[in-house]
Amino acid sequence: MSAQTTSRALETKRPVPSIGLWSTVRALLRKELLVELRTLESVPAMSLFALSTFVVFHFALNRNSVEGDLGAGILWVTLLFAAILGINRLFVADADQGGFDAFLLAPVDRSAMLVAKVLTLLAYLTVLELVAVPAFALLLLGSPLGPALPWLVVTLVLANIGVAVIGTLVAAMAVRTRARDLLGPLLALPLLVPIVIGGARASSPLLAQADRVAPAIRWLLTLGLYDLVFGLIAFALFDFLLED
Amino acid sequence: MERSSRPFGYGNGLRTLSIATVIAIAVTLSLVFFYAPLEAEQGFLQKIFYVHVPLAIVALCGFVLGGLLAIQHLRTRDPRWDMRSYVVIHMSLIFAVGTLITGSIWAKGSWGHWWVWSEPTLVSFLIIFLLYATYQPLRFAIEDPERQARYASVFAITAGAFVPLNFLAVRLSTEYLHPRVLGSTSNLPGSMALTFLVSLGSMSLLFTTLCKYELTAKHTRSQLRALRRRLSGEHADAPRARSAVPAIQHVAAASTRASVRSVP
Repeated sequence: MSAQTTSRALETKRPVPSIGLWSTVRALLRKELLVELRTLESVPAMSLFALSTFVVFHFALNRNSVEGDLGAGILWVTLLFAAILGINRLFVADADQGGFDAFLLAPVDRSAMLVAKVLTLLAYLTVLELVAVPAFALLLLGSPLGPALPWLVVTLVLANIGVAVIGTLVAAMAVRTRARDLLGPLLALPLLVPIVIGGARASSPLLAQADRVAPAIRWLLTLGLYDLVFGLIAFALFDFLLED
Repeated sequence: MERSSRPFGYGNGLRTLSIATVIAIAVTLSLVFFYAPLEAEQGFLQKIFYVHVPLAIVALCGFVLGGLLAIQHLRTRDPRWDMRSYVVIHMSLIFAVGTLITGSIWAKGSWGHWWVWSEPTLVSFLIIFLLYATYQPLRFAIEDPERQARYASVFAITAGAFVPLNFLAVRLSTEYLHPRVLGSTSNLPGSMALTFLVSLGSMSLLFTTLCKYELTAKHTRSQLRALRRRLSGEHADAPRARSAVPAIQHVAAASTRASVRSVP
């Protein structure tokens, strides 16, 4: 898949010495989403996993409805573990079927791979949340979701960026090791703890039964800062993971 | 004479450094037990502060230093920087275990629980410890020494940047129930501050000495392996056994056991 896309990019742009970052990103992103649409490998599994986890939480906690701290905790733990499923699969096709080699042969900026994969994971997470958050509201949440939604969306978007950036970096690091299915989650979870802290603290007042207030701005700032710093780190370091 | 037998100079100054460390630790302990005053509220228990906090500071600085050395490795591609980064992170991990244990003891003594979630430093340390605990498995899971070094450096830089960020996030998430001594030494009485600073200095010295010992041991071992291989007539750069330890250029060696068996 990737070989086709990159070789086509080569043919059409041959006279130009280098291909722009964004056209490469577009090509890679198109390939990723096309592969996902055809195989339906990651997103349905992530969504299904989230639904099953809600059911598990219902029985494990023996509660029909949750709110506040507990609700935020369940939502974030579920989203995090569902995201890990996607992170684990993110580079598997590239590593096993020669996508990396084809990409390295193409005369393009290697950061394009990072940007494309981050956007792919971001798309996965968005679809996951479009399924999981309404399902959470329906199955477990004791308070109405509607009024909480605007701030919850802001929090989720900020957290998604962080998860996507860290997930891509970690997935690229783990995929070409012997124990990739083990190392991915082990590396990702501690790095994602601050995102869980920020996300859960920001959304717990939103999911409260009574006296619902907007989240403290410092949590959103923490998430934003985390996204920014790890975005820069990933951008600086990703090339080193793609050298051979 | 001694120096000429160690052409790479890794063991140089090790004896002086060791003696200085022993003296510094002895001075620190005598200051802690005989000079620093008993704290009014916590009494004798508070003395663990002189071990716990320096351990924590040195471990954290070590993790960040490991990241800086890794940057140097990625810039120069010299495997010696990777070796330094590996040793510093390894030693910091050991110091972090020490921090967790002494912190737990302190928490049990002063608040009655082995683990206190409202104590940001302890919690941050646990998260950082969990992250760095994957450093060696990551190295071990990559066979090609060059790629192992590169990936480990990427990890070390990411994790090194994570250390301060994680502290920020965890600290924000806990209410300031327990005033921290870590923030400033200015609110300590002079004798306590002096003891603390001396303790911090000797702990850093201990860290440096242990790192130097490990570096020397690693280099000596790989040199020994290379010599054994040469003795048994193997090629010096035959593939080495799978290992989490960085390989050093011309002395990379395969399994020692195989070489030993074939030595006449």
